Amino acid sequence: MKVFLRSTVIGLLGCLACGLSGCTPQNSGKGQAKITVWHWMTDRDAVFQKLAKDYEQKTGIKVNFELYAPSDVYSQKVRAAAQGNNLPDIFGILGEKRDFSSFIKAGHILDLTPYMEESKGAWKNKFFDKALAINEFAVGNSYGIKSGIYGVPIDMMTIQMLYNKDLFKELGLNPNKPPQTFSEFLEIGKKIKEKNLQGLVSGWGEVWMIDCFANNYAFNIMGKDKVMATIQGKVSYTDPDWIKVLTLFKEMQESGVLATGLVTMINKKAEQLFANGKAVFAFNGSWCVNVYKGMDPNLNYGAMLPPRANDKLPMSIWGGAGSSFLVNANSRNKEEAVKFLQWFTDKDQQAYLSQMINNLPANKESIKQLPGLLAQFSKDTEYATHPNLWEVSEFPAVIEAWDKGIQSIIIAEKTPEQVAEDVQKVKERELARKRK
Amino acid sequence: MRSSGYYKIKKVTINLVIHLFLIAVAVTCIFPILWMVSSSLKTQATVFRDSSLIPQVLHFENYLRAWNEGGFAVYFFNSIIYTVSVVFGIIIVSSLAAYAFSRLQFPGKNIIFYVFMAAMMIPIPGSFVVLYVLLNKLHLLNSRLGYILCLINVGLSMSIFLLKNFFDKLPRELEDAARIDGCSKLGIWWHVALPFAKPALAVVVVFNALNVWNEYMLALIIFDSKNLMPLQRALMMFRGEFLTNYPLLMAGLTITAFPIIIVYLLMQKYIVKGITSEVVSG
Amino acid sequence: MQQKLKSTLENYAFVLPAVTIFFIFYVIPFIWVFQLGLYDWDGILPTKIFVGMDNFKEIIFQDKIWWQSMLNAGYMTAIALTFQNILAFLLALACDREIRMKNFYRLIFFIPPVLSEVVVGLVWQWILDGNYGLLNSWLAHFGMQNLVHNWLSDPQTALTAVAAVHSWKGFGWGFLLFLAGLQIIPRELYEAARVDGANAWVSFKKITLPMMVPVIIMVAILTILGTMQVFVLINTMTDGGPAYHTEVPVTRIFASMRGSSRFGYACAQGIIFGIILMALSFTQYRLSKKARN
Repeated sequence: MKVFLRSTVIGLLGCLACGLSGCTPQNSGKGQAKITVWHWMTDRDAVFQKLAKDYEQKTGIKVNFELYAPSDVYSQKVRAAAQGNNLPDIFGILGEKRDFSSFIKAGHILDLTPYMEESKGAWKNKFFDKALAINEFAVGNSYGIKSGIYGVPIDMMTIQMLYNKDLFKELGLNPNKPPQTFSEFLEIGKKIKEKNLQGLVSGWGEVWMIDCFANNYAFNIMGKDKVMATIQGKVSYTDPDWIKVLTLFKEMQESGVLATGLVTMINKKAEQLFANGKAVFAFNGSWCVNVYKGMDPNLNYGAMLPPRANDKLPMSIWGGAGSSFLVNANSRNKEEAVKFLQWFTDKDQQAYLSQMINNLPANKESIKQLPGLLAQFSKDTEYATHPNLWEVSEFPAVIEAWDKGIQSIIIAEKTPEQVAEDVQKVKERELARKRK
Repeated sequence: MRSSGYYKIKKVTINLVIHLFLIAVAVTCIFPILWMVSSSLKTQATVFRDSSLIPQVLHFENYLRAWNEGGFAVYFFNSIIYTVSVVFGIIIVSSLAAYAFSRLQFPGKNIIFYVFMAAMMIPIPGSFVVLYVLLNKLHLLNSRLGYILCLINVGLSMSIFLLKNFFDKLPRELEDAARIDGCSKLGIWWHVALPFAKPALAVVVVFNALNVWNEYMLALIIFDSKNLMPLQRALMMFRGEFLTNYPLLMAGLTITAFPIIIVYLLMQKYIVKGITSEVVSG
Repeated sequence: MQQKLKSTLENYAFVLPAVTIFFIFYVIPFIWVFQLGLYDWDGILPTKIFVGMDNFKEIIFQDKIWWQSMLNAGYMTAIALTFQNILAFLLALACDREIRMKNFYRLIFFIPPVLSEVVVGLVWQWILDGNYGLLNSWLAHFGMQNLVHNWLSDPQTALTAVAAVHSWKGFGWGFLLFLAGLQIIPRELYEAARVDGANAWVSFKKITLPMMVPVIIMVAILTILGTMQVFVLINTMTDGGPAYHTEVPVTRIFASMRGSSRFGYACAQGIIFGIILMALSFTQYRLSKKARN
């Protein structure tokens, strides 16, 4: 018993000693400069570390990439750190433009416009317009932010449809002619049902992907202006055009073109299914090229725009900056941080990043080194738009009601008309709250 | 009057049914673990297609890979530090308090005790941001001590509750004898109460060790430095943003789950004794 | 008098460390969270707007999804209180008489509670997977193709599937507590009853059950508290889907925090949740006191 007690006390003291030794926060500013970057991109951590080493060799400045995943924990951490004024030199915000604007208003984000405009916009012009636009606030924007560029895109992505060429052959379809119109798409659905295959897979359990798909068709059916007007509250969600959008989902479900379990599918699962040749279509982002390659390098597939429901207006897809980094306005090393980001987004580093992770670079000059499918993706960025590019943004509660409403249409719990009414009710409640 | 043969057959059948029932449940308990281990021995390409329990090729190197790629060494070390510190901390703090609630008198004793009990029933989910700001103000952010203190708090109410119940049954004679021998209150606590409460302490140890070992959200939010992170952080290395390496993930999960299973196996006897005693006190 | 004061101060010293830690890490955050519930704040802006009881009013009267999540948690708790605890009780009864393998079973049944919720969630998510899952491939293999379901994506089965996994993880605690309770009952009572001609059912009703009442109540309270607060398991398995069918109060609170950036609202939800839990536990405790007398 005595021995036990003695070892207990020693153990406790030992642990306290260890604990206290890890207690003092590190003092930065002594000796060589150090830049800390917080990110959430697990798959890219190794590549980031390599680039950090390259930069250290080149300039002697140590860059420390810290990974915090999964992304919702990352976003909590960033918000908590913002509260405690403890943000690192470089970080990202996973969220909507509204959150972005709140961070800026709270003084956490460095205005990068002067650096971008330097030397007649040398840095700015390297990027695709769409990639930069997500980090930009236009003059007279509705968020009340001084116009300018506040973040740096480090890659681009688009979200499109993919189709399995081998399964197309099995269905008796031409593998080089993906469906162009929505009715062709539904027809294929019937064939899929007959052959007992799985149709479209996508991460529709993660509601934002439903949002993306629905939004693409909203633009196609009624045009961007009417969609913006609805967000501003001038048009109701019970408008026939919106009901048309919702009805598309009902039609897809009835035709058999959607895979089973789509409504709780997370994107990773959808990727597994498509990569293992179990699904005919996928709705996924350009990062999938890397994922599919990792799971099955011999997968025979192609990319296509979502088949249009309306011939009079263009089809749109979401695209723009994939991930962006921001600089902490209160950082002691902000100059160094900006310089690092300039090097990081330079064409060689972007090309390297692109090759290693099979994603689209944000730097225009790196495009030449892209493999086939990625080139197709990047060609389609013409059609791209993104909520963060719009002048107005919808209330999160309305988006949630909209997306979950679509889920209920797919599982045949509600009709398009019911969902439209539900969403409109939430919208009116939010508008009333805002007016107070 | 039925024959003894009838009773014998009846007894045997009943025993058989009971055994089958127990075995069926036991199988559902072990099976997921076996599945986890078996998946960890497959490869990324086969893990979805091969549904056999024992794969033909056993890829033990997955464990080595998981350990290295996940940087397990540091995290393992940290998890052990945290678990041991928190458990020791809680034993001292809660047993002191439980002893006082049970055996000592001071004004406001009941109120304070009820507040502790109420805390068990009113959780504050998602208080991470608030805790973060608090630790920041105390300059304990990104420190082991801060994390340890937070976790001690998490287990405090339950541990005090368990120990107080136990101390209530401490025979007065033992205490009186120690007092006559010249023991101070602290001495009685150390020499008499604690040894008596060993079974209850065992339950406190396992309960808190489990909580600390499996904790991950608070750690991710409070710590900025990889070197201070506990084991659960290593797991996220395999649940990538875009690509999940399932066999490695399963290997990682196994490495994470095993130590706590071993602790449980070792403490098993004491735990049962402890729970039995708790139940007796009701 | 000096002695008494010194003695009282010494006694306070015993509870001082616990009270200090508790005050700093629970009481202060609690007050903070309560305060924040009165504001409309997104968690980032330096300015907050005071809205008084508006958040609370909105949750109670307008947030249908909040109450749906409460019902879901209630459903899971009901399953736990019945299915999980009855199973634990039956297992304890079975092990009580069976001396040989008792230690072995005791060991095995407690392994699920020892695992972390993340591990349990991931492994079971895989087993229940609609396309790759083990359960479905076995059902098909044994000719029960029509029972194959998309367990976690089908709104009919999702919540029950998650409740089943939660019960799987939890029954070990109940089992140990029930077994301990059964072992305390003196064997002589059973002997006496047999001599009096009572069969198994009667001795169960007249001896076992009454003596097990305190344990049953303790297990019930712990089950309610534990199940209502489920979070990590849901997060890992279904993230509240499909279409809100597996949302529970804690997932809603997190959704308010990160999803809609309504931090104040999330705090108000947390407070309301805590009050409801306390009311539930208190009622249980009162009922238990009555039953005991």
